Amino acid sequence: MSTLAIDKAGPSRKVKYGSMSRDRAWALRWSYFFLVLFAIFFLTPPIYMLITSLKSSAEISAATNPWWVFHPTLSNYVELLTSNQFLRFFWNSSIVSLAVVLVTMLISVPAAFALARMKFWGSTTLATGVFLTYLIPDSLLFIPLFKMLAMVQDLTGITLLNRWYVLLFIYPTLTVPFCTWIMIGYFASIPKELDEAALIDGASWLQTLTRIFIPVALPGLIAATIFAFTVSWAQFLYPLVFTTSVDQLVLPVGITTTLIKGDVFNWGQIMTGALLGAAPPLIIYAFLMDYYIAGLTAGATKG
Amino acid sequence: MAEVALRKVVKRYDDVEAVRGIDLDIADHEFIVLVGPSGCGKSTTLRMIAGLEDISDGDIMIGGDVVNDVPPKDRDIAMVFQNYALYPHMTVAENMSFGLRLKHYPKAEIKARVTEAARLLDITDLIDRKPKQLSGGQRQRVAMGRAIVRNPKVFLFDEPLSNLDAKLRVQMRIEIKKVHQKVRTTTVYVTHDQVEAMTLADRVVVMNKGRIEQIGTPNELYHKPATRFVAGFIGSPAMNFIPCRLEDVGGRLQIRLTDRIAFPLPPARAARYNALPRTDKLLLGLRPEHLTESHAHLEPGVETFDTVLDVTEPMGMETLVYFGLEGTPICGRVNPNAGAKDGAPMRLAMDLNNMHLLNEATGVVL
Repeated sequence: MSTLAIDKAGPSRKVKYGSMSRDRAWALRWSYFFLVLFAIFFLTPPIYMLITSLKSSAEISAATNPWWVFHPTLSNYVELLTSNQFLRFFWNSSIVSLAVVLVTMLISVPAAFALARMKFWGSTTLATGVFLTYLIPDSLLFIPLFKMLAMVQDLTGITLLNRWYVLLFIYPTLTVPFCTWIMIGYFASIPKELDEAALIDGASWLQTLTRIFIPVALPGLIAATIFAFTVSWAQFLYPLVFTTSVDQLVLPVGITTTLIKGDVFNWGQIMTGALLGAAPPLIIYAFLMDYYIAGLTAGATKG
Repeated sequence: MAEVALRKVVKRYDDVEAVRGIDLDIADHEFIVLVGPSGCGKSTTLRMIAGLEDISDGDIMIGGDVVNDVPPKDRDIAMVFQNYALYPHMTVAENMSFGLRLKHYPKAEIKARVTEAARLLDITDLIDRKPKQLSGGQRQRVAMGRAIVRNPKVFLFDEPLSNLDAKLRVQMRIEIKKVHQKVRTTTVYVTHDQVEAMTLADRVVVMNKGRIEQIGTPNELYHKPATRFVAGFIGSPAMNFIPCRLEDVGGRLQIRLTDRIAFPLPPARAARYNALPRTDKLLLGLRPEHLTESHAHLEPGVETFDTVLDVTEPMGMETLVYFGLEGTPICGRVNPNAGAKDGAPMRLAMDLNNMHLLNEATGVVL
């Protein structure tokens, strides 16, 4: 995200000539070289996906140039977007991701505020602990988590496994620690005098959080939101383990389980589904980017 | 508005005592300045009055009520911070009215109070701006406006001018004084700048190492310092301290500075110091303005001596001269036309009528 900001600012500056600017010119050349390299590296797969998604199955399997579409068709898109199954995956993914974002923010914002500002016994240790939990990979966690939820299901009689809403309990184990951690960082960067001023002005802790901290740390909040959404949207292992019925699946799992039938890969639809699945995070990024870059703390104190 | 009282207030951080038992009575409408070097406990004292720090021992009273366990918002105080602490996402008007809005004041009254405070501080044009669109001085005015609209019992200022440049600081100092003359709210003001303390205060509290060294009006502190610390801290350039001892010569008390230099004390001073043991190691405290160029008609009690100047600093209305007396660096203030030059000999006059005598070991002014 920051590279984007630099790119915008870069060309508008006037370049003066001298040894400093020669250094700068070289630095710029190297920057462009690596940025272009990166762009090629990361954009090739989506472009290949786009090309493939516009081909019919016959053309995909034909021995023609794979980088060119000779008979473009939207049939893959039409088929997927009219398939109730695919729309169901999309719907499940959206509900799960949005709900997880909501749950994550409701937990991690107050948690971060408490850890960053209300100095209580063990708060620093707790803050580190929160981050450490994030470091345990999901591939280690999924079996014990499955056992735990199975036990809860047996004890309470509430069906949890193979239901999309079980993911609302599982995903936050990934999103809450990280979001709490970044929010701690943002809250800690807010000058202490700001909450003292609010305290003297008569604000309660909750009012200080909602009326001062959240608006001031909005860029951080947006970064955390983007993160939580992206993680939830792209999560593969947990939904694969916890949901099995077709009507409970989310997009990534749905595409791979329904579009690969035995050893038959429906490449055109797989690529189309993946592209359509990648669209929502992209749109959200585009929307929130400006807010994210805008520094809102400017002017609070002297610095 | 209200009086503030501190009774044996102590602040301990683990093993360290930042404030060591302070007693202070601040009258209604009074402007009190806490001054001292960094780490003297002045800010901690202010924050304890604000309720931002718990007090370890003693009592703090505002308007006669003990407020030890009263949260800041219920103490009816307003505070202005060194770094302004404006809410960056709110406009000037919103910043100023935040406290009133939290207390659900009627909209009309909020508007009236904000307008009045803005007029008082001359920031009416800025009312819809965000803090980042303001200069340092304007931000400080807004911070003061935020305090004024609350109409609190006590104003607390924590080094409010330290972030401003020298010129603006002088200007804002006058603004603060004007505002206090108009609103007359009891004020506690913390600064490390003794000029700020002297110019603003009704009474100055000089603090050092967690204790109060002396409380007094600016003039009292300047002319009758109680300790070496106060004598050296108040006034710029600082008071000179010259090692000396008393001796009796021919039935008269005289003060000996070096083997060559000794002066008879003026009668009033001689009477005052006569009872002191002659063996005590003493310090002669003399402000630079009492060390001037010599001229023909000297008053009684003014004694002359010759020295060689090390450095001179022409300030325009006066010239500061620096020289050494047996290794003790000394500063004097002479007329710019007195012909003081770097490295040149000069005859100086010492006004012993305005001298202070200190015990070197205890630092007490005798």
